[in-house]
Amino acid sequence: MSALFPFHGGLKTVRHKTESNQTPIQAGILPPRLTVPLRQHIGAIAKPLVQPGDRVLKGQMIGQPDGYISAAIHAPTSGVVSAVDQQPVPHPSGLSDLCVTIETDGEERWIDREPVDYRRLHPSELRQTIRNAGVVGLGGAGFPSAVKLNLAGRSEPLATLMLNGAECEPWITCDDRLMRERAAEVVAGLQIMAHLLEPQEVLIGIEDDKPEAIAAMTAACAGTGYEVRPVPTRYPSGSVKQLVKLLTGKETPVDGLPVDVGVQCFNVATAYTVHRAINCGEPMLSRVVTVTGQVHRPGNLETLIGTPFAELIKQCGGYRENVERLIMGGPMMGFALHSDDAPVTKAANCLLAAGSAELAPELPVLPCIRCGACMDVCPANLLPQQLYWHARAKEFDQARDCHLFSCIECGCCSHVCPSHIPLVQYYRYAKNEIWAKEKEKQRAEQARQRHQARMERLEREKQEREAKLRQKAPVRPEPAVASTNPHSDPLTPAPSPAKGEGHPEG
Amino acid sequence: MRFKTVTSPHILQHTSVGQVMRRVLYAMIPGIAALVWFFGWGVLINLALATAVALGAEAVMLSIRGKPLALHLGDYSAVVTAWLLAVALPPLAPWWLTVIGVLAAIVVAKHLYGGLGYNPFNPAMIGYVALLISFPREMSAWLIPHGMGQSHALGLLDTLQIIFGGVGSLPIDALTGATPLDVLRTKLGLGQTVAEIRNSPVFGIVAGQGWEWVTAGFLAGGLWLVYTRTAAWQIPAGLLGGLAVMATVFYLIDPQHYAPPWFHLWSGAVIFGAFFIATDPVTASTTPRGRLIYGAGVGILIYVIRGFGGYPDGVAFAVLLMNIAAPTIDLYTRPRVFGEKPS
Ligand code: SF4
Ligand code: SF4
Repeated sequence: MSALFPFHGGLKTVRHKTESNQTPIQAGILPPRLTVPLRQHIGAIAKPLVQPGDRVLKGQMIGQPDGYISAAIHAPTSGVVSAVDQQPVPHPSGLSDLCVTIETDGEERWIDREPVDYRRLHPSELRQTIRNAGVVGLGGAGFPSAVKLNLAGRSEPLATLMLNGAECEPWITCDDRLMRERAAEVVAGLQIMAHLLEPQEVLIGIEDDKPEAIAAMTAACAGTGYEVRPVPTRYPSGSVKQLVKLLTGKETPVDGLPVDVGVQCFNVATAYTVHRAINCGEPMLSRVVTVTGQVHRPGNLETLIGTPFAELIKQCGGYRENVERLIMGGPMMGFALHSDDAPVTKAANCLLAAGSAELAPELPVLPCIRCGACMDVCPANLLPQQLYWHARAKEFDQARDCHLFSCIECGCCSHVCPSHIPLVQYYRYAKNEIWAKEKEKQRAEQARQRHQARMERLEREKQEREAKLRQKAPVRPEPAVASTNPHSDPLTPAPSPAKGEGHPEG
Repeated sequence: MRFKTVTSPHILQHTSVGQVMRRVLYAMIPGIAALVWFFGWGVLINLALATAVALGAEAVMLSIRGKPLALHLGDYSAVVTAWLLAVALPPLAPWWLTVIGVLAAIVVAKHLYGGLGYNPFNPAMIGYVALLISFPREMSAWLIPHGMGQSHALGLLDTLQIIFGGVGSLPIDALTGATPLDVLRTKLGLGQTVAEIRNSPVFGIVAGQGWEWVTAGFLAGGLWLVYTRTAAWQIPAGLLGGLAVMATVFYLIDPQHYAPPWFHLWSGAVIFGAFFIATDPVTASTTPRGRLIYGAGVGILIYVIRGFGGYPDGVAFAVLLMNIAAPTIDLYTRPRVFGEKPS
C-alpha cells in the first residue's frame, strides 16, 4: 500500500452510517408532480426550452446550458409542463428560483436513448454529449463536469485522475451504497473520464470505515490499473483539497484548483452519471439520496430530480420523533431547509431529519478564551480564533489578509470550541460582506468609467463644435463659461455656443 | 412542514469552558496535597477563603455588567484564578492579604478589562504582584516545611487564629523562615559559593526541602494537563527550555556563583508557573510557534529576574511581561496556511 500524506487538523466525528447503509438502494416513487429547478449547478442558470402546456418525454432537455459554465436540465419523467416560474428551492436563504413544474403522466415515455462508444467519439464530441446530459459534480458543489474534463490549454499532461469516495460526513451513505452495488458502472464512468483526461495514474480514495465499498471497487478495478486507496476515517478527508493532499502529498495553492498541481478529482456518483450518459444514453434524471435520522425506515432512495423532499420522507415511513431541523447534506456542512416542499436537486446527497438526539443542544455562547482548540483541528491550517476576532470586529480586510478565503467552512472549529462560538457563521458573514463590498466597488468603478467616458465625449464634441464654429466665424470670441470650467456639472450637457448645431445626447 | 434554520455545523463536541477550567482544578490537586502535607492547614484555609471571595466578587461584577450569573459562574474561571493565587500565598497569610489579592485579580485584572477572554494580563499574577509590592513582609513569611520540625504542631484552630485573629498560641516568627530561593539569594550576596549554600538545611535532594515534593505534585498534574491537551505543550516546553539554557550557560561559566540548571528548574514556582500560570490561554500567545517563543521568553525572564533583579523568584513578573508581548508574537508567528507557499 502506498504512503498517505496526512493533512493538518481534522476530527473524529460520530459516524451514524449504519442507520442507512444496511439496505440496498431503493427506487424512489414517481410523484404526481416534479418541480425541476433550472439552476442546480455552479454557473449560469439554464435557459428554459419549454412552456406551460408542453408535453415532455423522459430525458427531454427542458433547460439549455447558457454559456460555457452552465448545465443542461432534463425532464425526469414524461408528462405535461404546468408552470415555468419561481418556486422554493433548497437553498440556505430559503429563496425561490426559476423552476419547470411537470405533472407526471406515469407512463415514463423515454426519448430515443442513444448509447455511444466513447472510444469512437472525438473528445470534444464526447464532452459535448456529457455536457448535454447535464452532468455536474455530485459531491455537493455542482460544477459542470464537462468543463473539468477539458484540459485544453494546459501544457502538462494530467498526473492524477482522482475519484472521491471518502464520504467523510456523518450519516451520509449514498456513495457507500452506490460503490457497493454499482462498482462496475462507477468504474465504467471513470474509464470514460480517464479516456478524456489521459492521466498518468488513477486513484480512488475511500474512507476505511467502508470495507464493503473498498472491496467492491477493488474488484471492479481489476485489470484497469486503477488503484483503490483506503484513507483513515477522519473528517474532512472527503474535502477535495484534503483528499488530494492525502493521496498525492500535493497541496493545492491557496487561490488555485487541484488541476494546478496536476490532479483532477470527481465524485464517485459523478462517474456513475457519466457512465449512464455515454454508455446508456441517459441524461442525469435521478440521484441516490440518503434519507436518515428521525424517519421510520432510513435508507437510500434513487430519486428523480424534482421530487419534493416530503415525498422521500413519506416513502421512508414518515417523521419519527419531533424533528427540529431538516438538513440537506451532512450535519457538519449541510444546511437546514426551511421546509420539506423544496425539491431534490442534483446536489442533494442526503436528507437528515434531525431531532434532539441528532443535534447539539443550542448552548449559550461564552467569550473566546483563545484556547486554540479550533486551530488544532482546522484542516486549512488557519487561525480560526483570529479570523473570528476580525470578523466580529468587522475588520474584513484583516480577515482577508488572514486567509479568510482559504476557509472551506468544514465546521471543525465550531465543533470543538469550548465557548460554543458559531465560528463558521462569522466566516460566512465576513465573506458575504467582502463579496458585497467588492461588487459595490465594481459597480462604482463601472459608473466612474462610464462617467469619464461621457465627459470625454462631451469635451470632444464641444471641441469639434468649436472648431467648426471657428471655421465659420473665426473672429468671434469664445464664451468664457464654457472654456473655464467644462466639468462644472457633469449631468448637464456642456453649454453649446452655437444653437441649432444639433446636440446628440445619450 | 416548516423547520428551523440554523447554520452548520449541526453537531458539536461535548466540551465547555467550565470543563476546561475544572480540569485545571483537578490537575492542581496533587500539588496542593503536597503543600498541605508540608505547610499545614493554612493552605486549605487560603484556598477556601480565596474561592469564596472570588465567587462573590465575580457575582457582583457580573451583575454590575449585566451578564447572566449562572452561565458565567459556571465557567469556573474565577475559581481557577482564586486557586492559582491562593497556592502562591504564604500558608499563614492574614485573611485580608488573601482578600485584597483576590479582589485585585477578579475586579481589576479581569472585569475592569472586559471579563473572561478579554483580560490582557493573567489575573492571578496581577493579584500576586500587587500583594508582593504592597505587603512585602507578609508575602515573605513562608512557613518552614513540616519535615524540618515545628509546623506540624500547628493545629486547625491555631491556624485559623493566626490567619483571622493575627495571633495564635505560638509566635509566628518561630514558624516562618526564608524560602530556599531567599536563602540562595541572600547568601550569594554574602559571598558564599553555591556549594556551601546547598549544605544549608533548607535544601533537599534537588531543591528546597519539602518544596521539591510540592514541585513534583504540580509536575504530575501539569503533565496530565498537557496529555489531555487542556494546556498547550509548547508553553511549558518553551519555558523550561528557555530557563534551562540560561541556567546552563551561567552555570558553565561560573559554577561557584550560579546555581545548576536542575536547581533552577525545580525551585520556586517554575514548574507550577510553566504548567499552570503561563499556560493560561487568554493571556498567552495563541499560535503554535508563538507559544514556544512566549514560553521561552518567560523562562529567560525568570532567570534574569532571579539572577539580576530585585526579587528572589520571578515567575509572576516574567509572565506579566510576556503577556504584554503575546499579541505581537502572535502577529509574527502565523502558521503557513494550507496551500500557501513556504515563506
Ligand atoms: S476554540 Fe473557541 S474559545 Fe478556543 S480559541 Fe478557538 S474560538 Fe476561541
Ligand atoms: S470552518 Fe474554516 S476555519 Fe473552521 S476549521 Fe474549517 S477551514 Fe478551518
